[in-house]
Amino acid sequence: MNMQATMSLRRGGVSLRRVIEGTLKAFFFLSASVCVLATFGIFFSIIFEALRFFQQVSPVAFFFGLEWSPQTAIRTDQVGQSGSFGLVPVLAGTLLITSIAIAIAAPIGLLIAIYMSEYAAPKTRNLTKPLIEMLAGIPTVVYGFFAALTLAPIVRDVGRYFEFEIASESALAAGLVMGVMIIPFVSSLCDDVIRAVPLSLREGSYGLGATQSETITLTLLPAALPGIASALLLALSRAIGETMIVVMAAGLAANLTLNPFDAVTTVTVQIVSLLVGDHEFDSTKTLSAFALALTLFMITLLLNVVALRIVHKYRQRYE
Amino acid sequence: MHPIPVTTTATATSEISSEQGEDCVEAGSSVISARNIDVFYGEKPALTNVNVEIPRHQVTAMIGPSGCGKSTFLRCLNRMNDLIENCRVKGNIFLDGEDIYAPEVDVVTLRMRVGMVFQKPNPFPKSVYDNVAYGPRIHGIASSRADLDEIVFNSLDRAGLLDEVRDRMHESATGLSGGQQQRLCIARAIAIAPEVILMDEPCSALDPIASARVEDLIDELRQKYSIVVVTHSMQQAARISQKTAFFHLGELVEEGDTERIFTTPKDSRTQAYITGRIG
Amino acid sequence: MNSAVLPQRIRTRLRRRHAAEKRFRCYGVVALCFALAFLFVLLATIIINGAGVLIHKRMLFEVVVSEHHGDRYGAMIKDSWKAQFPEVTERRQRRALYGLISRDAEFLLRERLADVPVPDNGIVVLSVPFSSDAGEFLETDPDKRDSFSKRLSTEQRGWLERIEAGGKVETVFNSDFFLNADSREPEVAGILGALIGSMLTMCVTFLFSFPVGVMAAVYLEEFAAKGRLFRFIEVNINNLAAVPSIVFGLLGLAVFIGLFGVPRSTPLVGGLVLGLMTLPTIIIATRAALQAVPSSLRYAALALGATPMQAVLHQGLPSAMPGIFTGAIIGMAQALGETAPLLMIGMVAFVADIPDGFTSASTALPVQVFLWADSPERGFVEKTSAAILVLLAFLAVMNSAAIYLRKKFELKW
Repeated sequence: MNMQATMSLRRGGVSLRRVIEGTLKAFFFLSASVCVLATFGIFFSIIFEALRFFQQVSPVAFFFGLEWSPQTAIRTDQVGQSGSFGLVPVLAGTLLITSIAIAIAAPIGLLIAIYMSEYAAPKTRNLTKPLIEMLAGIPTVVYGFFAALTLAPIVRDVGRYFEFEIASESALAAGLVMGVMIIPFVSSLCDDVIRAVPLSLREGSYGLGATQSETITLTLLPAALPGIASALLLALSRAIGETMIVVMAAGLAANLTLNPFDAVTTVTVQIVSLLVGDHEFDSTKTLSAFALALTLFMITLLLNVVALRIVHKYRQRYE
Repeated sequence: MHPIPVTTTATATSEISSEQGEDCVEAGSSVISARNIDVFYGEKPALTNVNVEIPRHQVTAMIGPSGCGKSTFLRCLNRMNDLIENCRVKGNIFLDGEDIYAPEVDVVTLRMRVGMVFQKPNPFPKSVYDNVAYGPRIHGIASSRADLDEIVFNSLDRAGLLDEVRDRMHESATGLSGGQQQRLCIARAIAIAPEVILMDEPCSALDPIASARVEDLIDELRQKYSIVVVTHSMQQAARISQKTAFFHLGELVEEGDTERIFTTPKDSRTQAYITGRIG
Repeated sequence: MNSAVLPQRIRTRLRRRHAAEKRFRCYGVVALCFALAFLFVLLATIIINGAGVLIHKRMLFEVVVSEHHGDRYGAMIKDSWKAQFPEVTERRQRRALYGLISRDAEFLLRERLADVPVPDNGIVVLSVPFSSDAGEFLETDPDKRDSFSKRLSTEQRGWLERIEAGGKVETVFNSDFFLNADSREPEVAGILGALIGSMLTMCVTFLFSFPVGVMAAVYLEEFAAKGRLFRFIEVNINNLAAVPSIVFGLLGLAVFIGLFGVPRSTPLVGGLVLGLMTLPTIIIATRAALQAVPSSLRYAALALGATPMQAVLHQGLPSAMPGIFTGAIIGMAQALGETAPLLMIGMVAFVADIPDGFTSASTALPVQVFLWADSPERGFVEKTSAAILVLLAFLAVMNSAAIYLRKKFELKW
């Protein structure tokens, strides 16, 4: 006691403990900066290669070109022998498939969220929620396998039954399966958002004699709209970046079409087909994959930033 | 649920009410009578054996220390407790002689007739107009656009808010001040012309000036509606109510004319509460 | 309620509103059922397609080891096989005959002869798998075998049925599938190589992302000044969590392989890439777990004169561990199922050997699924489904562990 009483409150000199703690703290900081480094690493590694691509193909030709056929021709006098790198049909194919996916996932995911948060008895909820989460836990390669080997033939046969030609790698089959894949994503985000609507609004509506569905559609959903919008943006971003389903179930040829029964290709499919296997690393063809990846990265980044902004504003409103 | 009740039960229950229901319109006769009400949250009892009569066209105040069950009881009167998952209500509550807990009762219609105003003002994030029009719209009360306008304006007028919001009918209601929001909620409640309005500590989130305005409003509204107010403020109960019920630890200790309760309470617990020794 | 007193208009409307309420509720049930039905069909399809892999048909095959063939085991197999069908003379017929047993038979013979000396009579009894079409034919109910008319000739079917009638066909547990690496022949292709590749990859992922993730989270929660730098790191983590997985593959390709020279196609580079992907999950889970630790615990330590570092190392982290592990397991489960980034870093090559270290070429379970799904041979459909079942089983175990931990954790506070 007496000894402690004489200890000065001022910081002492260099103690071993302080050195160890300082080193540890430095390690902690380094770990945190790994995430920053990773983001920068991604950005720079992509942009570096993409710039090299743009030295060979003009950005205008890339972003506005209507034809995508990166395969260099065998004979030099063939049309487009240097390959053509027009992003538009690839992007259009991506958007076609993701729109189908969102068209499936948005209503179904939202309805499931509403049912789970407002209607389902606790017992039902406890039983079905893990099952829905299971859909989210299934690896995308499994969805891809299912889309390519089970669903695509069914879709094609149904089309044939109605005497209607559906490609075996139709955008429809890939989009359908991708839609199911993001249902749990949409439903769990929307579930959170709907639950976050203050109880007082619910009570206000019920107190006026509204039925449950009126309370949901007239009060809860309008109040939760920003949150739902941001959930859908995140889902869209995920669908655009999804790779395995489309690699296995969508086509390789870049058709500029809006017909869901045709085969289309996507940005991710092209990246995979350009980079898997052995290539000379410096060819325009290989570099074009990085230009595609840059486009993909920018689109998903933009969607996420916008979605997080909306969520942030929405949270402020109810806090 | 069937919107049209089974008529036999309706007549059966009206027999019970006939003794006190002879002259329904006269102020002071019972509009609601609660018999042997027990409420449980899960296994925990929240209210035991509450019997109370709510007089017509008067203000009834429910007072008591917090957690005494007065809000729980208020929420039994329009079955808002149905929304709480593990809440059970036993006993009977008669509204004009009809048991509101009978299985064939439609809560939507019940809540049309028994409106509610909450502790914290809870306007919907919509325009002032849409807030007031919410009830009439869902119930289809107005037959035309002009009719709806009239209902909205009348309700706002009766809630003493019309002059303040006349120019901002289509602006968001969340931009109003707290006191205005609460009067908007009252306007929203009266827009569907209920018989009874339940108010759950309507002034507790308001400043004194806004509170005074709402108190005045409550006093005016009793001309047309029967009002039940839960309050933790004895002074407020004394100012606005004609009848007072005192709850303590899940029990209705004493009820009667407000004047009598505050001057000559029968029960020692009531006396202890109004003199500030418990609460 | 006393709705008889209500105007007719409101009463009609009330009836319609209640109908709408029921309808709306129905929509919810339908949506839920759609999702559940899809899950059911998906799993059922895969189980039905994949369960058959557990057993397969093999032939008890007497091989005559003759001196004049030397070590040409293929020739010994062919001769012994041909000898059972004296009527086969033409070349075309012989080829059709050889197509019925697995090409792997000669390797089996070589292995056997390396282990066990040749008996005096020169006859070795070998259990040989059939080729995938023949095996599938024999596994099919005799009444339904007509559907094979396109894949096997009438002659071939006759030979197989003769072998079967001779009692030489045995039905055994398919240990090949669990003990072999990949192969070009579907009947002997196995998942052990991919499984071990996945495990090695997951080891790297865990060793990288767990310490880094936890330390980063501790820094953000306990030490970082909540200023601009803090928000910048936070934004980066959120963005990292949302970057498409294939882009991580490109990062691995350009930085790990291109810049640092980490060998391609190896669990090392795969694990690093997946580790980066798992980081945000672990950081977010660790931060949540640290926040859930009652601050009174930390204050108590600080009040006793502990440094902030001691408070978090002795009080905060140990109490948060269950939550951190839950997050880590969930993150690892996601990484285990991830395929796209591995395609980018070359873990998609055909690897016939079981990987023996972090720097030997290998594949991973989901990539094996992708490779087999892409193979034209029919025999691989069953293998693909079976590999998916193995993958799902691992995921199920991991997720159950996470749920178990979470339940235990919830009980605590």
